[in-house]
Amino acid sequence: MSTTMQSAGPSRQGGLRPSSAPVTLRSANPRYGEKVLLGFLMLAAAVSILTTVGIVLSLIFPAIAFFREVSIGEFLTSTSWTPRFADKNYGVLPLITGTAWTTAIALAVAIPLGLGAAIYLSEYATPRVRKIFKPVLELLAGVPSVVYGLFAVAFVGPVILKGWFGIGVGTYSVLAAGLVLGIMIIPTVASLAEDAMTAVPRSLREASYGLGSNRMRTVLRVVFPAAISGIAASIVLALSRAVGETMIVAMGAGSQARMVAAPTEEGQTMTGFIAAAALGDSVQGTTDYNTLFAVGLTLFVITLLINLVSIKLVNRFREVY
Amino acid sequence: MATTTAESASTAPLQAAAHGDRDSRSLVFLGLLWGSLAFGIFALGVLLVNTFIEGSGRLDLMLFVNYTSQLFPGKAGARAAILGSLMVIVVTALLAVPLGVAAASYLEEFASRENRFARFVELNVQNLAAVPAIIYGMLAAGLAVTVGLPRNTVLVGAIALALLILPVIIVSTREALRAVPREIRQGSLALGATPMQTLTRQTLPAAIPGIATGTILALSRAMGEAAPLLLLGGLVFVTYDPNGLLSGFTTMPIQIFDWAGRSQIAFRELAAAASMVLLVLVLAMNAVAIIIRNKFTTSR
Repeated sequence: MSTTMQSAGPSRQGGLRPSSAPVTLRSANPRYGEKVLLGFLMLAAAVSILTTVGIVLSLIFPAIAFFREVSIGEFLTSTSWTPRFADKNYGVLPLITGTAWTTAIALAVAIPLGLGAAIYLSEYATPRVRKIFKPVLELLAGVPSVVYGLFAVAFVGPVILKGWFGIGVGTYSVLAAGLVLGIMIIPTVASLAEDAMTAVPRSLREASYGLGSNRMRTVLRVVFPAAISGIAASIVLALSRAVGETMIVAMGAGSQARMVAAPTEEGQTMTGFIAAAALGDSVQGTTDYNTLFAVGLTLFVITLLINLVSIKLVNRFREVY
Repeated sequence: MATTTAESASTAPLQAAAHGDRDSRSLVFLGLLWGSLAFGIFALGVLLVNTFIEGSGRLDLMLFVNYTSQLFPGKAGARAAILGSLMVIVVTALLAVPLGVAAASYLEEFASRENRFARFVELNVQNLAAVPAIIYGMLAAGLAVTVGLPRNTVLVGAIALALLILPVIIVSTREALRAVPREIRQGSLALGATPMQTLTRQTLPAAIPGIATGTILALSRAMGEAAPLLLLGGLVFVTYDPNGLLSGFTTMPIQIFDWAGRSQIAFRELAAAASMVLLVLVLAMNAVAIIIRNKFTTSR
């Protein structure tokens, strides 16, 4: 353990010691305290592995119990989700449809607005303007999601959509929830996309200007393509946020799980179902309780796949420049 | 157009092609970009103003000193929720900050690029950062059942929130450590300090502003988070003060969620008033974080 500590640390910081020379400067003092401390640091690092393992275990056991009662085939293909009714149906598709609607609406809002803001901040804004507006925009991600949820039910649905635009939405709709969700994830798209564009070397822009392009052309034809993997990562990350967000959709989208056909309808998402079911006191060990975890596992697997794509994209764009 | 390039090369934004941006398409494009940024900021403003208008009627003393009520929304308050939020956040910080800083120190200062354990931890951290918050509630509930603790306690809630923000703290602490000039480490090592002494006496103290920024932002997120706590059950109607790690509790986001879902308009007003209080707390934390960041990035 002490050799990793002594040789690995400094060499990572840029070769403080010639790498070929053997480590001979051993201290006479064994410094047990430091070894204990290093052990604690490694343990702390291991917590994140334990967390992942814990998540998988805490989801999988109730989910296995659930799938003893309900066939995986029914779960994945039936279009009716009525676990609380006398006639119980366990088809997860309505919940996935609900999630797909809110996510799609959110991304339709957040991708153009987030990328627009990112391009403005990285390519046009003066450092002064950027210093003021970037943190203000990021506050959007800091607003608690219950406050957004309240905003969706109390204002966006009834006042903006119904009152100002005359769209026939009820108290709850996937449209209102999706729009507000989109506003929440604007900074997710904007931050990472801006980082990616700022990382594009100045020389590329100068070459473009030198060939006679104006700034718009340089942004669209040079900077944007050069930063594409980072921009893609920002969108994938926003997608993951939108799929996993709970409170906005639980409060704004409604609680009827059905195959949503139009954005003005109400619908229930996977997270919305988990939140609603968690409120009802289901007893541990019952199918009711296990249903929650089966949906949780589905949600976890979906976001895990999205996250792996996003991690791959982020690592790629970090490597490029 | 080209002559200004050399002069502006040292300043941050490229002004070189400014004169090429006078045609109508470029101006429309710039207008769209500006509009995107303005829309986000405008939406934030509308949200704040609307919440304030809806809640101003109930932004009174009763909101702070009374408990919630099923029957009398006019007199109900968020006392249990405010105290619960503060208590849970303190416990969350006590759990998450030491663990996060320690994990980040290990990954950044002691683990080599080839260390497979460290790479695997990194992959986990990256993934956990994007795992839905509500899943952490399921983890905490499962954990509580396994060790035989009641689910709806301050400790279990704080564990859920601490695990939720741990990746955020790890990532921001690593960035703060990375920003510490290499010369500080080299100087310390050259004077005979061990790598551990270098970390605890030089590198970590130098990184404190960055760590503080990331930590405060993470805690403000935990403060506003309701989803994982819903899974702990029994949190929506609490009419007593939390009085210890194993005490029952509720938090402001949960209380707001409960009030917002009730049909009487008076409860919705109450939800908006409590939202104002929560917003002030969370936005103040954000502001402090930004001030720390700005102060220390300009002085360096």
